[in-house]
Amino acid sequence: MYQAIVLLPLLGAILAGIIAIAGARARHPGGSPAPGAENHADNAHAGGHGAGASALHADIAHASSHHAADGHGHAAEPPAQGSRAAELITSTLLVISAILSWIAFVRIGFQQEDMRVALFPWIVSGELQVDWALRIDSLTAVMLVVVTTVSALVHIYSIGYMAEDPHRPRFFAYLSLFTFAMLALVTSDNLAQLFFGWEGVGLASYLLIGFWYQRPSANAAAIKAFIVNRVGDFGFALGIFALFALTSSINFDAVFAEGPVLANKTMHFLSWEASALTLVCILLFMGAMGKSAQFLLHTWLPDAMEGPTPVSALIHAATMVTAGVFMVARLSPLFEYSPTALAVVTFFGATTAFFAATVGLVQNDIKRIIAYSTCSQLGYMFVAMGVGAYSVGMFHLFTHAFFKALLFLGSGSVILAMHHEQDIRLMGGLKDKIPVTYWMMVIGTLALTGFPLTAGYFSKDAIIEAAYAGKNPMAVYGFGLTLIAAALTSFYSWRLVFKTFHGAPHDRHHYEHAKESPAVMLVPLALLAVGSLAAGLMFRDIFTGHGVAEFFRDSLKFAEGNHVLEDMHHVPTFVALLPTVMMLIGFAVAYDFYLRRPEAPVRLAEQHALLYRFLLNKWYFDELYEVLFVRPALRLGRLLWKGGDGYVIDGFGPDGVSARVIDVTRGVVRLQTGYLYHYAFAMLIGVAALITWFMFGGAH
Amino acid sequence: MNPATLPPLVPALPELMLALGAMALLMFGVFRGPRFVHVISGLAIALLLLAAVMVVYLPGGTLTTFGGSFVVDDFARFMKVLALVGSAAAIALSTDYFDSLREQRFEYPILIVLSTIGMMMLISAADLIALYLGLETMSLVLYVLAAIHRTSVRSSEAGLKYFVLGALSSGMLLYGASLVYGFTGTVSFSGIARATAEQTSMGLLFGLVFLFAGFCFKVSAVPFHMWTPDVYEGAPTPVTAFFASAPKVAGIAMFIRGAIDAFPDIAPQWQQIVGFVAIASMLLGSFAAIGQRNFKRLMAYSSIGHMGFALIGLAAGTEEGVRGVLIYTAIYVAMTLGTFAVILSMRRKVGYVEDIGDLSGLARTHPALAFFLAVLLFSLAGIPPLAGFFAKFYVFLAAIKAGLYALAVIGVLASVVAAYYYLAIVKIMYFDEAGEGFEPMSAELKVVLGLAGLINLLFFVYPSPLLETATSAARSLF
Repeated sequence: MYQAIVLLPLLGAILAGIIAIAGARARHPGGSPAPGAENHADNAHAGGHGAGASALHADIAHASSHHAADGHGHAAEPPAQGSRAAELITSTLLVISAILSWIAFVRIGFQQEDMRVALFPWIVSGELQVDWALRIDSLTAVMLVVVTTVSALVHIYSIGYMAEDPHRPRFFAYLSLFTFAMLALVTSDNLAQLFFGWEGVGLASYLLIGFWYQRPSANAAAIKAFIVNRVGDFGFALGIFALFALTSSINFDAVFAEGPVLANKTMHFLSWEASALTLVCILLFMGAMGKSAQFLLHTWLPDAMEGPTPVSALIHAATMVTAGVFMVARLSPLFEYSPTALAVVTFFGATTAFFAATVGLVQNDIKRIIAYSTCSQLGYMFVAMGVGAYSVGMFHLFTHAFFKALLFLGSGSVILAMHHEQDIRLMGGLKDKIPVTYWMMVIGTLALTGFPLTAGYFSKDAIIEAAYAGKNPMAVYGFGLTLIAAALTSFYSWRLVFKTFHGAPHDRHHYEHAKESPAVMLVPLALLAVGSLAAGLMFRDIFTGHGVAEFFRDSLKFAEGNHVLEDMHHVPTFVALLPTVMMLIGFAVAYDFYLRRPEAPVRLAEQHALLYRFLLNKWYFDELYEVLFVRPALRLGRLLWKGGDGYVIDGFGPDGVSARVIDVTRGVVRLQTGYLYHYAFAMLIGVAALITWFMFGGAH
Repeated sequence: MNPATLPPLVPALPELMLALGAMALLMFGVFRGPRFVHVISGLAIALLLLAAVMVVYLPGGTLTTFGGSFVVDDFARFMKVLALVGSAAAIALSTDYFDSLREQRFEYPILIVLSTIGMMMLISAADLIALYLGLETMSLVLYVLAAIHRTSVRSSEAGLKYFVLGALSSGMLLYGASLVYGFTGTVSFSGIARATAEQTSMGLLFGLVFLFAGFCFKVSAVPFHMWTPDVYEGAPTPVTAFFASAPKVAGIAMFIRGAIDAFPDIAPQWQQIVGFVAIASMLLGSFAAIGQRNFKRLMAYSSIGHMGFALIGLAAGTEEGVRGVLIYTAIYVAMTLGTFAVILSMRRKVGYVEDIGDLSGLARTHPALAFFLAVLLFSLAGIPPLAGFFAKFYVFLAAIKAGLYALAVIGVLASVVAAYYYLAIVKIMYFDEAGEGFEPMSAELKVVLGLAGLINLLFFVYPSPLLETATSAARSLF
C-alpha cells in the first residue's frame, strides 16, 4: 500500500510525460517548435527584465506594474492531443493515492502500525550503506495526507484552470512528478533519500515556475528559485557530509542514536572549534531556510508566483515549502540536543513571520500578498519548532496546507474571472459576481487570521502560546514578533478581501465580464474549505493536546527537560486571548481603511513615504542581493569569460596556436622563392652549418 | 679480363634482365612506332613485376659480387621489391594521363625501367663508386622525365631546376666521397668502417657531411629539399607520382646502407646530422603544407614531412630503428601512390585540375573516391587504426627506446600540425558545397587506388608479412 501511495504519482507522471512527448512530436514533426510561434504580447511587459542574467532581481519590475498574464491567450494554439487522457490518468491516480493515504493515516496514527518498508539497496560504497526504504511513522502519515490530498485537489482544480492551455499533458506530468518527489521526501529513511526528494521537488518547482517558458519573467523566476535554493542546499549537503563524518552513517535510526553523544563532541570547521551537533543542525537548517523561504533566502518565493496558480497552491504554499519544517521535525532527535540551533531556528522563524507580514501589507498583486503570507506562516512553524513544540509546528503545517491552498485556488478563481488580472487595485465589488469564490476566500481568510474555532485559530494560537511558554533565549523574541505578525496577518488578509470583493469595481470592463468558475474548480475549493474550518477542531488533541505522545510516539523527540507542550496549556489567560485580540485589531483597521475611509491608507502612505517605499520594495532585499552577489558574480563571470577563457585560454590555446601556425607557415612559404640560386644557396648554407657545428660544437 | 675471374652474375640477374628487357622494348618502340605505347607500358610493368619475383626467388642469404661492391641481402630484397612495385604502379598511373593529353610517348615506360635499374644498383651498392653509378643512372632519367613535356614551360622549368640542383648535390656527394677516400684509403663500405674504427679525423667528418648532403637531396630532406615543391608542381602528374615513390625508396635505402654499413663507429656524429635533418623536415613539411592550395605542391611538402618522420628511425641508429624506417617507407609508398591516383582522376572536361578547392563536395559527386581519399588522408595524418599510424608508431617507438625523447616529442607535435591540412581536405570533401563532378576514372587508377586504400585500411588486420620481412631486412644490416 505504501509503495502504491508513493509510486502511483510517478506512474502518472511517466504516462502523462509520454503523452506530452508524443503530442509534441505530432505537432512539430522533425524538430523543436519555432520559438516565436507561441509568443504573445505579454513579452512586452516582461521585456524590462532584460536577459536571463537579471534572474535574481526579476521581481523589481513587478513591484509596481505587475500585470502578469496568467495563462494568457494560449487559446490560439490547438491543445495537445491526449490532454484529456493525461488529466484523467494523473488525477485518478492521485485520488487513489490520497484515499490510501487517509487509510494509512488512520492505521499508523491510531492503530500504531509503524513500519519500515525496505525496497532495495541503493548505494553501497565503503562505510556508506544507503538503502531505498520507506519510513512509515506518524510524522510521515501526516505529510502523506497533506501532500496527496492537496495534490489530488489541485490536479482536479487544474483541469478547469488550465482548460485553455495547449500544454496540459506536460503540466500534469510535472505536477505528478512533483508529487512523487515530495512523497519520496516525506517517506525517506535516510538523508540521501531525503536529499533525493529535496532536489526532486526543487526540479519540479523549477519546471513548473517556468511552465510558460515563452515568458522571460517566468524563466527568470524559475532560475532565481533554483539558484537561491542552491545556497540552502549547499549548507544542507555540508550538514549531511558532516553527519557522515561524525557517525559514519546517514540512516536516520543510526544517526538519531548518536544524537546525545554528538552534543558533547566538537569539530573543526573554518578554523574554529564548534559544537559538532550545533554545527550540523545549523547547516541542515540552512537547507530548510532555502526550501522554506526563510528570512535571507526568501527572495525566490514571491517571484515563484510566475507559475500557474495551481502550482502556487500546491508547491509554493501547501507542500514543498513546508519541507523545511518537516525536515526539522524529522531531525528533532538531533535538534533537541542543541539549544543553540533551536534558538537560531526560533530567531529566523520569528523574523520571517514579522518581516513577510510587513511586506504583505502593501503589496498589490493578489498572488504576491498570499505568497508573503505563506512566507510569514512558515516563520510561525519554525518558531514552534525552535521552542521545541514540534507537534504544534506540524499542526500548523497541517492546517495551513488547507487554508493556504484554499486561498491560492480561490485567488486563481478570481484571476480567471478577471481575465488574468492580478492587481487588486483594479478589482473591487466582485462578491456579487462570483459569490461562491467570495465565500471560499472569506473562509480561507478566517482560518488564516485565526477566527475562533477555525483551523488557524487552534494551530496559530498554539504556536504563540508555545512561544510564550518556550524556554530558549529567543522564545520571547518569537512571542513578540509572532504576536505583532498576527495583527499584520489579519490586516493584509482582510485588505485583500475588501479590495477584491467589496467597494466599487475599479475596472468596469473586466468586472462586467467576470463570471463564476466551473464546478470542477469549485468542488476542490469546497473540500478545502471544509478542511480549513474543521481540521483544527478535529485534530487539535493529537497535535497539541494530550494525544501527542500517543499519536507521534517515536517520530518526534522530546528531551527530558522539554515540557513546552505541557506548559503552553498553563499560560496566563491574557496570553491565550492576545492573538484573538490582535486578529480583531487587524480586522478593525482594515475595515476602517478599506471600507469606511478608503482615502485613509493613501494619506498614510504619503505621510510615511519612506516607510511605505521600504515595505513596497520588500525591505530592498533584491536590490541588496543585486549589489552584493549578483553584480559581483556577473563581474567575475565576465572576467573569467573575457579574460580567462577568451584571452588566456583561447588566446594562448586554440586561437593563439593556430594563429602562430599560420604565421610560421607564411614565413616558410615565403622562403620558397622559385629562384634556383636561392635554392642552391640554401643547400650550401645547410652544409656550411653542419660543418660549422662539427668544427665548434658537436664533434667529440 | 680473364674469363676465369668473371664475377658471378646470379645476384645481379634481375638487373641484367631489366637492362636487356629495356633495350628490347626500346628497339620495339623505335621500329614499330608510338602506336604500341600501351603494349610497351604493359610489357614494362610485366618486366618490373617479373624482376620483383626474381628478386624474391634469388638464393637466400647475403650474396656479393663484382668484388664486393654489389650486395644482395634481405634489406636489398625488401627495398628492391618496394622500388619495383612503385615503378610499376607509376607506369600504370601514367597511361590514362598521357592518353587524354595526346602526349603518348613510348620512351616513358622504358625510361622508368632504366631508372629502376639505377635504383636497384643503388640499393645494392656496397662501395662509394657503385653507389655513385646507381645514383646517376637513376637521377639522369629523372631529370629527363621531369621535362618530358617538352612543350610545357612548367615541365621544362621543373626539369632544368631539378637538373641544376641535382648536379650540385652530385658534386657535393662526390666531393664528400673523395674526402672519405682520402682519409680512409678505401671506397668499400666495410673498409671505411674498419678505418673509422681505428681513428677519426675532422677531414672524415667533412666528407661525411658532404656525403650526407647528397643523400639528403635525394630524399628531399630539409635544407636540401628546395627543389621538391617546384619540381612536383611543374612535372607532369604521373612523373610526380613516380618521383614521390620509387626514387624515395632508393634514396632511403642508400641513406641507410651508407650510414649503417660505412660509418658504424661514428654513429653519434651522423646521428646528429640525421636528427637535425629529421626535425627540420618534419616541421617544415608540416607548416609549409598548410599554406598550399595546389594538391601536388601540398603532396611535395607532405613527402618532405614524411621523409623527416622516416629519418627518425635512422637517427635512432638501431636495428629496431631501421626496421621502423623500412615499415614507414613501405606504407608511405602505398599512401602516396593512392593519393596520386586520386589527383590523376581530378579531370574535368576542361582538363586536369590540381587545386584542393576542386575537391569540394566530392563526397556527394563521387562517394567512393571521396571515401578512399579520406582513408588515405587519415592514414597520412597517422590516425589509428590506419596503416599510417603504425608507420609513425614504429619509428617513434624506436626513437623512445634509443633515448631520443626530444625527437619523438617534436615528431608527435609536428604530426598534429600536419593532421590539420589532411583533415582540411576531408572537410572540404565532406562538408563543402558540391562542385562540378570529375570525369570517370580509368581502370588502372581504380586498381591502384583500391589497392592502396585497402592496404592502408586493412593493414592492422594482418600486419605480420610486412613486419616480419622488415624485421629480417633490418637484421641483415647489423
